[in-house]
Amino acid sequence: MTYFPEEVVEHIIGFLTAHRDRNAVSTVCKAWYRVERLSRRRVFVGNCYAVSPDRVASRFPRLRSLSLKGKPHFADFNLVPQDWGAYAGPWVEAVAGRCPDLEEIRMKRMVVSDECLEMIARTFPGFKALVLVSCEGFSTDGLAAIATHCRFLRVLDLQENEIEDRGPQWLSCFPDSCTSLVSLNFACLKGEVNPSALERLVARCPNLKSLRLNRSVSMDTLYKILVRAPHLVDLGTGSYVMEHPSVEPYMKLVDAFNNCKSVKSLSGFWDVTQHCLPAIYSICSNLTGLNLSYAPAIHGDDLIKLIGHCLKLQRLWVLDCIGDKGLEVVALTCKDLQELRVFPSDPYGAGITDVTERGLVSVSLGCLKLHSVLYFCHQMTNAALITVAKNCPHFTHFRLCILDPKKPDPETLQPLDEGFGAIVRSSKDHLLRLSLSGLLTDRVFLYIGTYAERLEMLSIAFAGESDKGMLHVLNGCKQLKKLEIRDSPFGDGALLKDVEKYETMRSLWMSSCDVTLRGCRELAMKMPRLNVEVINEMDQMEEESLSPSPCEEEQKVEKMYMYRTVAGPRNDAPHFVWTL
Amino acid sequence: MPREPSKDDGDLKETELTLGLPGGERKRVFSDTVDLTLGGPKPENPSGSPVSGAGDKPPAAKAQVVGWPPVRSYRKNVLKSCTYVKVAVDGAPYLRKVDLQSYGGYQQLMTALDQMFSCFTIRSCPGESRLVDPVNGTEYVPTYEDREGDWMLVGDVPWKMFIESCKRIRLMKSSEAVNLAPKTPQRSTTAK
Repeated sequence: MTYFPEEVVEHIIGFLTAHRDRNAVSTVCKAWYRVERLSRRRVFVGNCYAVSPDRVASRFPRLRSLSLKGKPHFADFNLVPQDWGAYAGPWVEAVAGRCPDLEEIRMKRMVVSDECLEMIARTFPGFKALVLVSCEGFSTDGLAAIATHCRFLRVLDLQENEIEDRGPQWLSCFPDSCTSLVSLNFACLKGEVNPSALERLVARCPNLKSLRLNRSVSMDTLYKILVRAPHLVDLGTGSYVMEHPSVEPYMKLVDAFNNCKSVKSLSGFWDVTQHCLPAIYSICSNLTGLNLSYAPAIHGDDLIKLIGHCLKLQRLWVLDCIGDKGLEVVALTCKDLQELRVFPSDPYGAGITDVTERGLVSVSLGCLKLHSVLYFCHQMTNAALITVAKNCPHFTHFRLCILDPKKPDPETLQPLDEGFGAIVRSSKDHLLRLSLSGLLTDRVFLYIGTYAERLEMLSIAFAGESDKGMLHVLNGCKQLKKLEIRDSPFGDGALLKDVEKYETMRSLWMSSCDVTLRGCRELAMKMPRLNVEVINEMDQMEEESLSPSPCEEEQKVEKMYMYRTVAGPRNDAPHFVWTL
Repeated sequence: MPREPSKDDGDLKETELTLGLPGGERKRVFSDTVDLTLGGPKPENPSGSPVSGAGDKPPAAKAQVVGWPPVRSYRKNVLKSCTYVKVAVDGAPYLRKVDLQSYGGYQQLMTALDQMFSCFTIRSCPGESRLVDPVNGTEYVPTYEDREGDWMLVGDVPWKMFIESCKRIRLMKSSEAVNLAPKTPQRSTTAK
């Protein structure tokens, strides 16, 4: 291949967009490595501790887009203590020095400070897109810096972040010259924004396609925005509360929605003035995405009536107040449905059955294109899962959460092994992500190991009987990247059986399982390219009295997080994280 | 025309069992005399219908396992919290908003309201706080609309219960609030 001039190689490599292909190309020879590194525009780092920021920044000086993921997934559910890590700072500093072309940063589950946002805002002259998902550590001051300095900003997308509110002025920081916004999502922000600043911003951004408002934005403001931006494609409505309900503003709202024929995706409805809901009926028939999972005020007949208008839905997120009856309407109405998420409206409720196996069966019968499910319910039967598996053999994501841990099939009192087994068998060529719940024995893992050939992420809770269960998964699932296990009886035997396997995976989380400190140490010793971290949340007093002693070696580890890395042990670990 | 403050709110208040202080008296409701809902095309419901809503549900009794069910804490907080409420003052042409979660108790809330509407001073009476406009001596009583749509006096339930149930706050002229509690049996006039 050496007879190709570098320009030609560069031209050819330019056609490769997949990260995987570019990685492969860069390992062919030094020349290709060099060409690839100088032409790489996008980098995705699935674990911010898997590689050092400086290494990435100096290898790819012409980087345009950087995507980073931080904390383990279980951090979403409060299993990772505060101050665990995943700081954006070192990454932003590294790219600030070396990648002047950077124009896009995406981060998930990272701790982002206002200083970071300030640095992003001031360093990259052509910065265009900031996407933060489930991040924390910053305030509206950081957002103000982004608004003030990023003159060509197209995307500011804030999804489910914890943002400290320091007043409404950040939105007014977008200069009058800012006209480039395509997407603005501040739905997760708690505080108020200035309605007139918002209206003016929307009015001067002709390309705005996606706008998701937060709870503080009233319907009167929404109305003004719709009038100015009828071309929106993705709309988050804000509170959907009319301050002074009367007939005239309602009719104006109906007209405004009538003109918004391009809206395809709808969300918001935090509080809702119920009798104004019919105003959106006129756009419902165009919708492909509907997220009512933050709209507890829409329920009962209102909800069912609304769904009845949504003939083209492909993606539906709702609360379980939709009920089995509502899901039947979904099955009858939404023939194109591909993704369904049903969230609990009251996760700690005392067993009020809102949706059951019947709702899921109805949807599987009516919506033959269904391939992604997240379903919170109070009970599930094997018969139902077998029916669902038969009706929908193309699941890529199947996440079932039965709210009571270890709940068996209520009809037969049997474990749900056969039901989940049916799902993994029928979707064996498609399934990428699976979450288990309910009473399960090692048998379900035999099925998973045997059939789930393409599985990339598996979540296990309160399941299995012995090491055999985990071993079935480790032996069988060749594509597995992330495995997370809690409250399951898997110990050192399973952990240490095939340690090489972990180098093919991104990470393994085990909490409240049977692995010991000795087991974790042994793993760390055998596999230097893995970071094996133990999270020890005992208070300071206990900790000081416990320097590692022989008896402690046999102690079970409360939380273990292990990941592959080429960067070595991290140097920002807090005192309660021990890297073995 | 008398209007219902909230849709779920049937006319069962006479017989309705409500949460109150342990061993305490029945909830003081005065939605019948005051109507802050500016009305919509909502029909009156004089015959009453089954009252539904969170108040009916038995309290959660299960032991909670950390991180289970696997619902993002962000989502839990959003669904649980309706702590961001509007504050209206009789006679003032504007509304303010407060995040109830950010206060530790009634005293802090009152101080904040006092600062927010800087024309007032606090006068503490036994069991109740009032805000006073020193210019004309007008007293304002803080009242709130609860989850069930009833207007209550701020301070009559424990703070935690208050932030869970408060939908909005109104500082009402005490001259108008004088006949509000205890509740009168008939629907009389609206205080608008």
